[in-house]
Amino acid sequence: MTGDRGYSSDEMMTIAAARALSGARACFVGIGLPSTAANLARALHSPGIVLIYESGTIGAKPPHPPLSIGDGVLAETADTVVSVPEIFNYWLQPGRIDVGFLGAAQIDRLANINTTVIGDSYAEPKVRLPGAGGAPEIAASCREVIVVLRHSRRAFVDRVDFVTSVGFGSGPGDRERLGLRGAGPKTVITDLGILEPDPNTAELTLTHLHPGVTVDDTRAATGWDLAVADDLRETHAPEPRELDALRLLDQPA
Amino acid sequence: MAQVVSLRHAISSVVRDGHSVALEGFTHLIPYAAAHEIIRQGQRDLTLIRMTPDLLYDQMIGMGCASSLIFSWGGNPGVGSLHRLRDAVENGWPGPLRLEEHSHAGMVNRYVAGASGLPFAVLRGYRGTDLADVTPTIKPITCPFTDEELTAVPALNPDVSVIHAQRADRHGNVQLWGITGAQKEAVLAARHAVATVEEIVDELDPRPGAVLLPTWALDYVAVVPGGAHPSYALGYSERDNDFYVAWDAISRDRETFRTWMEDHVLNIGAPA
Repeated sequence: MTGDRGYSSDEMMTIAAARALSGARACFVGIGLPSTAANLARALHSPGIVLIYESGTIGAKPPHPPLSIGDGVLAETADTVVSVPEIFNYWLQPGRIDVGFLGAAQIDRLANINTTVIGDSYAEPKVRLPGAGGAPEIAASCREVIVVLRHSRRAFVDRVDFVTSVGFGSGPGDRERLGLRGAGPKTVITDLGILEPDPNTAELTLTHLHPGVTVDDTRAATGWDLAVADDLRETHAPEPRELDALRLLDQPA
Repeated sequence: MAQVVSLRHAISSVVRDGHSVALEGFTHLIPYAAAHEIIRQGQRDLTLIRMTPDLLYDQMIGMGCASSLIFSWGGNPGVGSLHRLRDAVENGWPGPLRLEEHSHAGMVNRYVAGASGLPFAVLRGYRGTDLADVTPTIKPITCPFTDEELTAVPALNPDVSVIHAQRADRHGNVQLWGITGAQKEAVLAARHAVATVEEIVDELDPRPGAVLLPTWALDYVAVVPGGAHPSYALGYSERDNDFYVAWDAISRDRETFRTWMEDHVLNIGAPA
């Protein structure tokens, strides 16, 4: 779907996410939006970026984003394929990976992530979500984390129903206390703008608006009283070459 | 020494009611034919173990094979929910399903401990998450050397592990390559192990990066070409992504699901 501007809000989100990978050497990639954005970064500005999928493929170079984290094209184009115990124990756990790229069903004010259950009761959930997968340890051990998800009151909640992966826990100093060695979610990219943790409170704060989006739009889609950065900026609109590269990636193989 | 037998014989020899069973394969080499044979044979009250339950445990859960599930990510990759898993958890259909929920890192370390003959594994994981509150098999542990707080998870030693591999030789040595997941660990952790393979060859020529499971580490090998479909076997088949997408509609409704299972699993015979 393309708006009046010649691109959709999802395209803006994916392009903003790809730009955020500029300078990263190695990226641990979740499936879906993160995988599309990581492959767009590789096509645009980071040809040498090492994409790591939890299936054990290191340095995968798929011509199109795969449907699953274990499609054959990932193994066939990888620098090497290692076992799943090895990918988590030798590559992720010691902190060798710069950026972890995650999606989320729910994220809260302190960037904690829920992909487990919606509702008050774990035993009798309103909605049973897929669960943790690799996310808790990706969020703990990558040097930093980028989260990509669509902005809505359902997704952006004051407190997540279940902490599957820790962002900033209950506030500043919590990650250190818990022994989580990475810096945590430094960037949350949505279809409306970009949120970053406040350096003093760790609370997610609106730092960028995508073109045509207002602060009120963003607040209306956030389930807490969203703070806005003093130097709120506008995201650069997608360039034609960025849109071309994304649309080429999205074409079926 | 592994015996080369029919799939029906392999499954009926090792899988019993109440067993813990791990059918492993991380997206690639998922042993669907073996799961279908368990569904046909009708073993019940199983504890199913798998990092990613995938469509095959959706099918086994929906057909009433399982009373418990030990897992770390229960979705249809790139598509959405596993509707039969959700129906079991949210509505208790076709029966209640007890969950023991981990992360991938926790699950692989549980297999590694099981394969290593250790009672538990240690990892940097779960700290600060709610998973430890709902899963009794996640416990804090203090490093005796550094006093650091880490996490312990118990070994997994399934009664039976089942994998699919590209090929075996006539002696039952099994070779697999591409994305090899945690199959080596799952086989070595198990009391009994079965491998289905695409083909039997006279000689297994070495391949870079391949995992070789020697015949004396397995009980049975069965030849089932295409036994990983709709997953795939690198070098033999491609992942049937269209089927993964189509499963969403097939599995959403109990009747449609049941009819599909009758037509495609129950009412067809086991592979020879």
